[in-house]
Amino acid sequence: MKHLGKSIATILMTAALPVALMASRAQQPRDQKPPESTPPANADRGQQVFEQNCARCHNAPEGFSPRISGTIAMHMRVRAGLSNADYQALRRFLNP
Amino acid sequence: MFYAAQYAAAQETPLLSGGVGFFTSTPGGNTTYMPIIEPLLAAPIGNHLLVESRAVLLESFSPKGNGQPGYTNSGFVGLSYLEGDYMVSPHVTVVGGSFLLPFGTYNERLSPIWISNFQDGPLIGGIGLMSTGVGVGGMLRGSAISHRKFSIDYATWFSARSGNEHFNSRRSTGGRVSLYLPEKRLEIGASYGRLLQGTQENFYGTHVWWEPANTAFRLRSEYARGAHAQGYWIEADYRTQAFGGLNSWVGRFEPVFRMQQTFRIDNIASDGAPPVNTQRADFGLDYNLPHNVRILTSYARQFSSSGNENVWETGIVYRFLFPTWKGK
Repeated sequence: MKHLGKSIATILMTAALPVALMASRAQQPRDQKPPESTPPANADRGQQVFEQNCARCHNAPEGFSPRISGTIAMHMRVRAGLSNADYQALRRFLNP
Repeated sequence: MFYAAQYAAAQETPLLSGGVGFFTSTPGGNTTYMPIIEPLLAAPIGNHLLVESRAVLLESFSPKGNGQPGYTNSGFVGLSYLEGDYMVSPHVTVVGGSFLLPFGTYNERLSPIWISNFQDGPLIGGIGLMSTGVGVGGMLRGSAISHRKFSIDYATWFSARSGNEHFNSRRSTGGRVSLYLPEKRLEIGASYGRLLQGTQENFYGTHVWWEPANTAFRLRSEYARGAHAQGYWIEADYRTQAFGGLNSWVGRFEPVFRMQQTFRIDNIASDGAPPVNTQRADFGLDYNLPHNVRILTSYARQFSSSGNENVWETGIVYRFLFPTWKGK
């Protein structure tokens, strides 16, 4: 299995995008380029929380209303056992 | 300041989510058709309380068998769970009501039709779930430690016995603890459950999940042991990003493989595991269409002393997610 993991990592090394980027892209037009400026550290943290908790179980939904971003974050806090800091970071990430 | 403004704008309008699907399953040459809806409602009340529930509505059409033409149908409507989650502190959430038992990972995390890679749950899916998979009572859960290099979360429950048609449960207790290493993208966990009615039994489980960083490869596995049976499953899925990313037509393909084995310790079949030792290999090919639609196809070969069989399955699932009303 270790060999399999190494092989996959090697093959994808140059082409891979973070899984969570898929989620953020899903809410944008596909041709839209990512912002060139460096995002704030807390935005990165929210993306990490999404990637390491939500996206491990399910694909990111293709966009949703900002009116439910807080509800989704609350659901994930309970279901994924998020810390309070991660919960707050996820709220920020889900509410662009 | 910008992000503070964003935070202030986050809204907690109740949401309606879930999946609508149509599945076919052909074990041993007989095809069963099953339309299914699994709606999920999540409604925050204030900043600390979340009420959530999931239901299932399905109809199953199966061949009559014994050489008779036509199909027989049966329906099912029920609540999977209905719980209130009260966030007491940064580390503790109190859950009350009817909840999915947190034994292993499949029941809580992978069972919704819009999440699972295969139409069928694992063969050991019943071990540790006290027949119903649901508890009626209370649960404490949350993040015990959250560190940059590791985190530990926990869940512990007590369930009363309930014979209610919609909230059927057995008297039981148990819990789960998981260690997650973000840099390794590795999760290791252990579960324990004890049935407290009738013949009291202990159940033990472990799980290992691994998703190498910057890949769309996922490896999940579970082992569970009860007084009368034990077994494991290992599942791997992968999406390539090499041909235009995950949203290219090639990247939307998702090959899936699952291997599982169950071993019967004695002939008391009280845990949902197969009555005889069974091995099964599932080969799946899923396709993630735009607009939250997913096609699931799989072929499985199952081996046991009661007979080997092929299982062909297909399905399509649409996942919906929207606010219940317009809100602010």
